[in-house]
Parts: sequence; C-alpha cells; structure tokens
Amino acid sequence: MNAPPLIEIQRLRVLFRGDDGRTTHAVDSVDLAVDHGATLGLVGESGCGKSVTSLAIMGLLSKRSAEVSGSIRFDGFDLLQAGDQTLRDLRGNRLAMIFQEPMSSLNPSFTIGDQIVETILRHRGGSARAARQRAIQLLGRVHIPSPEKRIDEFPHRLSGGMRQRVMIAIALACDPRLLIADEPTTALDVTLQAQILELMRELKSEGGAAIILITHDLGVVAEVCDEVAVMYAGEIVERAAVDELFSSPQHPYTVGLLGSMPRLDRRAQQLATIDGMVPNMARPPIGCRFAARCPFAVDACTKAPPPLAEVSPRHASRCIRAPLERLVS
Amino acid sequence: MADAALSAMPLAGPQDELESPARRALQRLFKRKGAVVGLLVIVVFALVALLAPWIAPYDPVATSWTAVRKPPSALHWFGTDELGRDILARVIHGARASLMAGAISVTIALAIGVPLGLLAGYRGGFIDALIGRITDAMLACPFLILAIALAAVLGPSLADAMIAIGVSATPVFIRLTRGQVMSVKVEDYVEAARAIGNPPWRIALVHILPNILPALLVQATLSVAAAIIAEAALSFLGLGQQPPFPSWGSMLNAAQRFLGNAPWMAIWPGLVIFLVVLSLNLLGDGLRDALDPRER
Repeated sequence: MNAPPLIEIQRLRVLFRGDDGRTTHAVDSVDLAVDHGATLGLVGESGCGKSVTSLAIMGLLSKRSAEVSGSIRFDGFDLLQAGDQTLRDLRGNRLAMIFQEPMSSLNPSFTIGDQIVETILRHRGGSARAARQRAIQLLGRVHIPSPEKRIDEFPHRLSGGMRQRVMIAIALACDPRLLIADEPTTALDVTLQAQILELMRELKSEGGAAIILITHDLGVVAEVCDEVAVMYAGEIVERAAVDELFSSPQHPYTVGLLGSMPRLDRRAQQLATIDGMVPNMARPPIGCRFAARCPFAVDACTKAPPPLAEVSPRHASRCIRAPLERLVS
Repeated sequence: MADAALSAMPLAGPQDELESPARRALQRLFKRKGAVVGLLVIVVFALVALLAPWIAPYDPVATSWTAVRKPPSALHWFGTDELGRDILARVIHGARASLMAGAISVTIALAIGVPLGLLAGYRGGFIDALIGRITDAMLACPFLILAIALAAVLGPSLADAMIAIGVSATPVFIRLTRGQVMSVKVEDYVEAARAIGNPPWRIALVHILPNILPALLVQATLSVAAAIIAEAALSFLGLGQQPPFPSWGSMLNAAQRFLGNAPWMAIWPGLVIFLVVLSLNLLGDGLRDALDPRER
C-alpha cells in the first residue's frame, strides 16, 4: 500500500456561522483516506457530521454559511483550494454522489433519460444519440427492466427503489473514481435496501470506483465495506477494518452502537442504549466529547481532547483508555 | 431470472405510458367545467380580435349622422353611439386593444419580473435585498394608481398604457418568482444538479425555472384579467386608446354622458369586459387547481 490514496482528507473542519453569531462545529479535525477501489463506511448517529463531511468533499457547502478548513486531496487536486469551475468539472465526472432521498432527488419536470443524458453531455460531450445509448446501458447496469422503454418515463412513474437506481445510474454516468453514497438505503424498505446493497456490492466487485458509504446502519457497513470510520459529535472516534471493528471495538461509543443493534441470533428483552445526550456543538466540551456518556470515563477524560491513536496497526481509537478489553475483564 | 420475469410484465397501460406532468395537468384542467368555459370564451374573443376586420359588420370609426344613438336593431345589433358608429363593430375592434393590452403588458411584466426574481431568489444576499426593497416600494403604491401615474408620465397612447400596466404588474412577478425559487432551490434535485457539475446559471434556468412555471402561469392568467381592467380604466380616463379608435374602456368613457338615454352604449362594452375578465379568472383558478402539487 505505497501508492497514494485516491482521496486523503486531513484536519477537515467545518464551522457553521448562524445569523445570531453562534458557531457550530459540525466537523472537527477529520482525517480520512480511501484507496483506489476501496469501500469506506462512515458511521454515526444523526447530526454527527457524516453528511457535512460528504458535502465538504463535493464542495456543496454554501460558502456563505460554512467555513471549511483543512485539506482534501483527491486525484491530484486539492478540493478545498480548487476554483468553482474545476470543482464543477470534477463533480458528476470523477466525483459522484448518491443522495439519501430518491423520492425528491430527481427533477419532476424531466424524464429520467434527460437527467442521465444531461450528466453525460456535461462531462463527456458527444452526440445526444450516443449519450442516450449510454443512458440505456446504464439503466440496464442498475437492473432497471426494459431500460429502452423506461428511459422516457417521468420520475413520478417510478417507485422509490427504481428512482434510487436511476440516481445510481446518474452517479455512474461518467465512471467516477469516487462515489459518495449518503445513506442510499435509509428511505427504502428492507427488501429494496437489500437490492440496492447488492447493487453496490456488484459495482464494487466490478472494480473501478472507490465508495464512501455514509450510513447509521452498522449492518449495511458489515455487508459492503472494507473499512469503517465511526463519527461522533463531528470527530472520528474510531477507524478500523470492518472485521476488526466488529470483533474488537476500541471506543466506548462504538461498543455502545454495536450493543444497540438488534440481532437475530440472540434473544434480548431490551436493546442496550447509550445514556445521555450528544453534546451541544455550539460549545463542545474541552475533553473527550463522549466522556459525559461513557461508562469508562475517568477524570483525565474531561481534561484534554484525546488524540486519535493507533491501538493496533490500522486500527485507531480516540480513547485514552483503549484497549478496552483490560477494563471489562 | 427475476429480471426476465419483470421485463416480461407489462409496465403500464398503453394510454398512460410516458405521460408528462404538463399533460396530466391539462387532463385535470379539462375536467373542470368553469375552466373549460373560461378557456372557450377567451378563445372565442381571441379569434374575434384576430379576425376583427373581416367579421365586423361596419367600419368601427365610420360616423353616420343619420344613425346617432340608435338602440339595438336588425341593422345595428348592439345599437350605435353618439356619432352614429356601430357599437358591435367597435366592440369587435375594441377586443384587439383590450386583449393586446392584457397580453403585452403581462409579457412585459414577465420579461422583467421573472429574471429579476430568479436572480434575487437564487443569489440571495445583497442583490436580493436590493431587488426586494425596490419591489416593496413599488408594491406600496396600489397597482392602478401606479399604472395611472406612469401612463400620465409616458403620455396618452395605447402603447404607453401597456408599458405602464406592464411595469406596474412587475413587482408581483418578482416577488412570486423569488419566493418560488427559494422554495425550489432547497429541493434535493437542485442539490443533485449541483452534484453533477452544473454551473449556477444552468441550474437556475434549466432545473429551477421549469418547476416554477405552473405558479407563474396561474399568476400570468390572473394578471391578464387585471391588466384588461387596468387598460379599460386608463382608456376610460383618456390615457389609453385614443379616439376615434375603439377600446372597451374608451367606449365606456363616451357612454357615461348618455347613460340615461342610451344605456346600450355602456352595457355592451361593460358586458364584454365582465365576460373576458370572469373567464380569465375562471381559467386561472382552474389552472391553479390543476397544477396544485398537493393533488399529484
């Protein structure tokens, strides 16, 4: 693994300045890297900064309200320093995104074909006829039945699962190097979730695009990803290979998340919960952001922010008490 | 295998396949009696205006001293005015002035208001504040008063009246467009359009504008009705169509001196103004219902 990663995020920080002068630290010193063709899961609860991170990568945060600092190196570009035109040329081309809400992410005024063709023509040019042929191919690739007929449908005639497939087809239109999927299955029912995940797995095995999969569902991560980063209150608290994270979580928050997952193979009267509340991000605590809810917290935890330190090779945890095994025994 | 089974299934009935949102709205519109009647009346009046020189029974400006203020008869169906001109012919030719005034002034209002509204709503910030304050200032004056004042400054002619009405109707379109743009620009599909690398102008024109057209269409229809009334009012005050050429408003102006002994001079132009404005409002209401997103 000596080749530089496809995307390398360093000290990414996003501040939102409200009208009332308050600032919210949505994302704080996030470091991430994804190799070519790899799949990274970004996990965490609502409001922990997963989506803001992805929007920052795409350059879709409004400059007026968000202050982004740090560096995002992607494929030879520094995305945070790049001009608007450069970013627009990357978006939809080498850098693609799938959104959470398939029901509202397609423009109701145009056929799905128009919307795929638009992306192809924007970045690849060529004739409208060739772009249409490619659009039909793409619809076939995401398993939409009779794509040559469906291509002229308006979005309202498609179900949520179909629309999400169309969104994926748009994202794949220009063979992106990096695909960011922001909770692609959250709005879908369980059967469709499985189908879309199957599709993501297929894309992965066909090689090519690296995927950042953003989700709050650890089950999804276990099925699709190679590596996982767990976010809490704007920070990455743990980063490891999937198997490693599931077998030996090294941050109390990850442990809590795993404990709160319903499982088929174990009967439980009650699912474990994590007590307490997420800290107010307008005034984040000085020490560990999870300390107030942490069963393992000691005085030192609230004194200084814990670093993201390696517990074992390629397994990092932002907990001064890691490894946790010795605490529970 | 599952895919093969799926593709073998009929996807949709032959009729409703590939129907666009515009066509569905049209189908809903045609289910509303009021809107259909309104549309028919407007089409009839538009045809009358277009074909005026061929269907008018007399020259609308030809005077006749032998037929002054005659009540309706077989010879003059709507009667004659104080100079012996045929009122039917004048109503028919007046339709040109009135409908043109309605259509052209609203076109002017759209041409100025929609781009400014798009700019204000999409860009926000200082530009929005600037356009917004100017709009507020214009809306502080009642529509008709503003139109009269502008027409008085520009001078008495039909063209100037149309400009005056168009400019007075503009702030409504700026504000409507701005509001619609602000609600549409936060939609996920606009974010998705940015995510595939569209430049801002293309997002505003190609992705947002088509989705706010329904609201603009409804407002434009209702504004044509208001513009026709405004033109009639301006002509009534002598600021619109100049004599001897007819417009419904100037006919009413002439008729007011003879209300007692020649009421037909006022009734016919009044009736057609009423009919056209009512029809436009019926059509506008029908369009609003047919295009209402909540009924989709």
